[in-house]
Order: sequence, then C-alpha cells, then structure tokens
Amino acid sequence: MAETPLETARRAAAPDDAASAWTRLQSNRNWLGFWFMLPAAAFLILFLAYPLGLGVWLSFTDAKVGSEGEWIGLENYEWLLGVAPVSDFLGIIANELFGTEFELEGDTTFWLSVFNTLLYTVVASAIKFAIGLYLALLLNRHMPFKAIIRAVVLIPFIVPTVLSAIAFWWIFDTQFSILTWMLQGLGAIAEDHQINWLGDETMARASVIFANIWRGVPFIAITLLAGLQTVSASLYEAAVIDGATRWQMFRYITYPLLTPIIAVVMTFSVLFTFTDFQLIWVLTRGGPFNATHLMATLSYQRAILGGYLGEGAAISTAMIPFLLAAIMFSWFGLQRRKWQHGGRDD
Amino acid sequence: MISRRSLLKGSVALGGAAVTLDLAGWAKAWAADDMMYAPEEGASLQLLRWKRFVQSEEDSFLALVAAFTAATGVAVEVLSESMDDVQPKASVAANVGTGPDMFWGLYSLPHLFSEKCIDVTDLCTHLGEKYGGWAPSAEVYGTSGDKWIAVPVAYNANLINFRISAMNEAGFSEMPGDLEGFLELNKALKGIGKPGGMALGHASGDGNAWVHWVLWAHGGYLVDANDEVIINSPETEAALEYARQLYEAWIPGTASWNDAFNNKAFLAEEVWLTNNGVSIYAAAKRQAAEDPKMAMIAEDMDHAFWPIGPAGKPTEFHICYPLLGMQYTRYPNAVKAFMQFLMEAEHYEPWLEGAVAYLSHSYKAGDDFAFWSADPKLVAAKPAAWRTSTAGHLGSVGEKAAAALADFIVLDMVANACSGRESVSGAIKIAERQAKRLYR
Repeated sequence: MAETPLETARRAAAPDDAASAWTRLQSNRNWLGFWFMLPAAAFLILFLAYPLGLGVWLSFTDAKVGSEGEWIGLENYEWLLGVAPVSDFLGIIANELFGTEFELEGDTTFWLSVFNTLLYTVVASAIKFAIGLYLALLLNRHMPFKAIIRAVVLIPFIVPTVLSAIAFWWIFDTQFSILTWMLQGLGAIAEDHQINWLGDETMARASVIFANIWRGVPFIAITLLAGLQTVSASLYEAAVIDGATRWQMFRYITYPLLTPIIAVVMTFSVLFTFTDFQLIWVLTRGGPFNATHLMATLSYQRAILGGYLGEGAAISTAMIPFLLAAIMFSWFGLQRRKWQHGGRDD
Repeated sequence: MISRRSLLKGSVALGGAAVTLDLAGWAKAWAADDMMYAPEEGASLQLLRWKRFVQSEEDSFLALVAAFTAATGVAVEVLSESMDDVQPKASVAANVGTGPDMFWGLYSLPHLFSEKCIDVTDLCTHLGEKYGGWAPSAEVYGTSGDKWIAVPVAYNANLINFRISAMNEAGFSEMPGDLEGFLELNKALKGIGKPGGMALGHASGDGNAWVHWVLWAHGGYLVDANDEVIINSPETEAALEYARQLYEAWIPGTASWNDAFNNKAFLAEEVWLTNNGVSIYAAAKRQAAEDPKMAMIAEDMDHAFWPIGPAGKPTEFHICYPLLGMQYTRYPNAVKAFMQFLMEAEHYEPWLEGAVAYLSHSYKAGDDFAFWSADPKLVAAKPAAWRTSTAGHLGSVGEKAAAALADFIVLDMVANACSGRESVSGAIKIAERQAKRLYR
C-alpha cells in the first residue's frame, strides 16, 4: 500500500528505528483500523466473551457461592445429563407427552426443565409469530386512528415484565382469578367451580405460555410492520393487473420479501423466549411440581439460592447448543437469498 | 452520671409506681454501665437484614438502632434484602472479604462460612448465663464446634392458623394434637365447604415448614446424624401417604401457592385452616378498625401447635434468624456491642413486642416478657425456639442442609407424591438421588 503523505512526513521526522515503528503503528492504515476496532473489541470481550467463558469454566468446577471450587471435569454434566442423554431426552418427552413411565438416568428435574423450555419456546414462538404477522398485516392497512392503534399495540411490550407478571399472577390466581369470575358470571362454569390455573401442570404451562405470548406479540408485530412498509407498492399494483388473488400476493410478494425480517425477528424472539426468567419466577417459581421450571429458572435456583454455582453454570451452559441451533436454523434456513428471488437453492 | 442501676433504684424508690423508662434513657444507662465492649473510635456499622414482614417490627428495630447510635455514637446503617437474597450476598461478602459488617439471615447462614464469622463465644456465654440459658436449637444454629459464631436473635414461629367457628362446625372443639385427628378435621372441613390448604408450590417459608413437619412427625428424615442419606424409608412412605390424604382434603390450587397465597386466601375466607406465622392475624387486626370483616376474622381465628405423630415429640420447623459479624469488619467491638445491646432484655423485649409475636425469643428469660400474656392468641408462638427442629434435623446444619432447603428436595418430593405425578416410591427415589448428590 502506498504511503500517505502524513506517513512520509512522520517517517522523515522520526529520530530512530523504534520511533519509526511507533509512528508506523500510529499512522499505518491497517493498524489504524485495528486501533479503532480495539474499544469495541475490548467491550465485547470484557462484557460478553469473558462472562460466557467464565460461566463455561464454572460448569467444570464444584464452585459454590463464596468459594472458588475445584476442577471436576464433566462431573456436573454427568450428574445432570446421566449416562445416556439421548435416551433420557427422548424419555422425558415420552413421559410428558404420552404419560409413559420411563426411568431417567440423569437428573429428572433438569430433564423436565429441558422439556419445559422447549415446549415453552416452540409453542409460544409459533403462536407469537402467527398473531404478530396477522396484526402486522392488519396494521399495514389504511384505517382511522392508525397511529394510536399502533401505539396501543406496543403497550404490553412497554410495561416492565415484572409488573405484567404480577398482573398475571392475580389473573391466574386459583381463588381470585378474574377469568374464573367472568366465566362464572357468563354461566360457562358452575358458581363454585374454581379453575386451577397455576396448580395443574397442563393449565400452568398453558397459562405461562399465554402470558409470554401476550408480552411478546407487539415486538414481532411492530417489527414485521416495519418490514411490510419497505415492500414497494408497485409490486402489488403489478400483481393486481396480473389478476393475482390476495393469497397469491401474500404468498409470492409479501412473504418472500419479508423473510429476512422474519429471520431476524424470530431469532430474537426464540432467544428471548428460551432464556425467559422473570415471568416464570414471578408467576410460579417453576411450580407446580416443576412443570414450569425452565432451564434459566432452574439454573438460578441451583446456583444462587442453593449455592451450587458449578451445577447452575452447567445448566446454563447446556442452553448454549439449543440457542446455537435456533440461530443456525434461522440464518441458514430462512436467509437464502437466491430462494427469495425466485432462484433455486444450491 | 445516670446509670441503669441508678435509674432502677430510682424506680424502686418510687414505691413500685409505674415508671416508664424510655428506650433512649435505657440505652444511655446501658452504655455507661453494662456495655461489655467499647466500640472503636469513629466506628460505624452496616447491617444487612431480611426485608420485614411486619411494619411495626421494623419500626421498633429501627428505634433500637437509633437508641444504640445515640448512646454509643456508633452509626448503624440498616440495609434490607428479600429473604432469598441475604444468603448469596453474605456468602459473596465472606469470600471477597468486604461488605456489610453484620448479616442477619436465616437458619444455617453462619455455618456456610463459619471461619469468617466473628467469635462471639464470650458474648453468647454471658447472655446465656444472664438470661436463663439459650434454647437447644439456638445453640445448634449459633455454635460451630465449641465456638459461638452467631447470635441466634429470634425465631419466626410457623403455626397452624385456623378459624374457630369452622373447626367447631366441623365437629371439633379444639385443634387435634394427633395426626389422625388432624386429618379427620381437614376432611370434615372439606365436607362443610370450608376447606384448609397449605402451600405446595416453591414457598421457602410456609411450604418447607409443613412438609418437614409431616416428614419428621412420621419419623422420616433426609439424613442421619452422620449426614448419610436415609430418606428412602417406610417412615417417609407413611409420611407421603398421609400428606396425600391431606392434599386431597384441601382446596384445589395449593400446588401453585407460594408464601403469600395462603395469607390472602385465609383473609378472603377461601381457606379456613392453613399454616403461617402470626402475620395473618396481625394483618386482620391491623385492618379491623376500618373493616368489620377483618375484625370478625381476627376475633374468630386462632393459632395452634402442629400435631405430634409417631415420632412422639414436636417436629415443628420454625425459622431461626441468626445475626453474625464478619471478621473483615474494622470495628469488631462495635459489632459485638451492637449484638449485646440488641439482646439485653430491656431492649429485646420492646423490639419483640413491636413484632407482635412475629418474632419469638431465643433465651429462657424471654418466657417472662409481659407481652406474651397480652393476647392469648399469640401464646402458641412463644415456645418456638424450644419446639423447633433444626434444618437438617438429625444431620448437620451447614451448607448441605441449606442447599437441600433451597432446592426444595423435601417439598418437591411431597408435591410429587401428593399430586400423583410420581408414585410414592418414585418421589422418594428422586429426592434420594438429589440428596445424595448434595451430601456426597
């Protein structure tokens, strides 16, 4: 690369070799790039890579709150996952979905939390996507009070999670539920019938998923709405001239052009849902019978409340493969540009 | 100079007339006369405690702190954290070697880092001798080897809370003292549409209290005296069978209850028998003036001891609150002076009185505190320190017992068995595996 006049001038002014090396570090364009990148890299390493690395490291130790612990290799994982993780994984799914009584080798609560987390993420994300997309399409149309309606849709997202969780705590209270009261008033259930929202496994799972959906839909709806507004109106005009139906317009114009946004928004949504903590902690603390314990809440319970940092860190670390898989799926599965432009995938 | 003794003499000279000695007066007299440790020059202290449940308890505690500061010149900053957060913070402070000078936590907190706690043997020995001796459980929580590492300042009694009218309507004139009678009462309450209920969710206070009672009452234990896991026993099976029958007699939804649920359900007349401290009663009394329903509930409710099972002795599980000083403090004398101040009967009694029996005393002389005879409905909280078993029961009270409580091993076992989610033997097996891991 040719020297800049500044570099030449500095070289001329340099009294010796050391100084000239220093000057080069200051002025060379490649090194300058490095210097400019350094603050951001230091920030990322300090606040993202280091904590992550430390968490992974802790998972290989028997550290407790207040003591450093010693290296114990894979012991935490052996205890949690058991000797046959794949059969345990399939076993817990069969037990929970089909009521089988497969005996697990690993930690039952851990495997249950894995199942719960996957169920919570898959069901909540799918429904959030469907409702979010539907809302975005609605909001993209011309209607009176459009701005106000869009602002109202954002409300669940703006309310702090802990506050909305406390509201749901009352809504789902077995004895004081407003939902039960309304159903009783409508005559849908008997006067003295109390719906066991958070005390029954299935109902509790459904309830926390509902609360998560309520909270997560605005994020998806508003982001997809932003994506929709980038789609050129001329494409729809051309389609109308060609006699395309509404479904065809959605399927062959809106959806392909929205896919990059969907990929990003669903990646974020899946990550947020998978790592959810506050909602569960306020509503159920993982109960009843650990039926709503997510990996994040179990990790907190074991590491901070129980004091077993190493084991808690191992549960957190066990979340990483699932999160990576989710990211890979959305990036490689949804972001294939040739396919979006009507070509074939390689 | 006015000393406490001269004040006392003065009150005697008045011929037994009711002379109210205000707290500040006592404190000044105490500092001049009875304080065993001279606080360091310029000392100031930080104390981290659990967040209060009864406002008047905190008010009277802060009044004590202010009196101590006025008498000794030692400023004490009181920080509050939720109960669950005191232990992690104390552990980290102990490890890092910096943080609040004193921690006021739960159960076995000082045993998690016993070598980092200030030795308070001389203080506790003195207090024990002066006030008729410590409760046995207080000694277990407060000592490590032959050293005192914390002052077991108070207990929170966990009692059966019940509505007298409902109990009578169910055909019982008093709370049954045996397991069979207690189960019959619960079934009868369900029969008259006024069911009971106790928390089976992850409720660290009320949930842990009743499941440990039911386990111990049947002679089941998590570990033996050598910390060997012995949960897999016929006694545990009997306990789980019994708990399941109770659960079936209770109101639906107890599996989702955390510590606050039973309070509001009781006050809303949804449940008529539950387990709690005396805070439900305190809340009803507090609102009684404005709300006739609360006045009626306060009038109609009472507290009772837990029934005794085949174990043949009380197997209750009350919360102990130990107060410990950290060795890293720059003012160990000020710490010990504060602890002594807190526990002297003249200060201790008004504080506990402010707590309205939410806190119970840990040394024998506390039996004579006047407030215990003020309200017969609070008397059941009085012997909490003498009736309670310690965390870990037969086993040690250290970090393993603390972790077993925090991880809800026994609570989950009982919940799994009650709900039918696991068979009795399946629930025991899961608990056994977890316990073996903690007690390895």
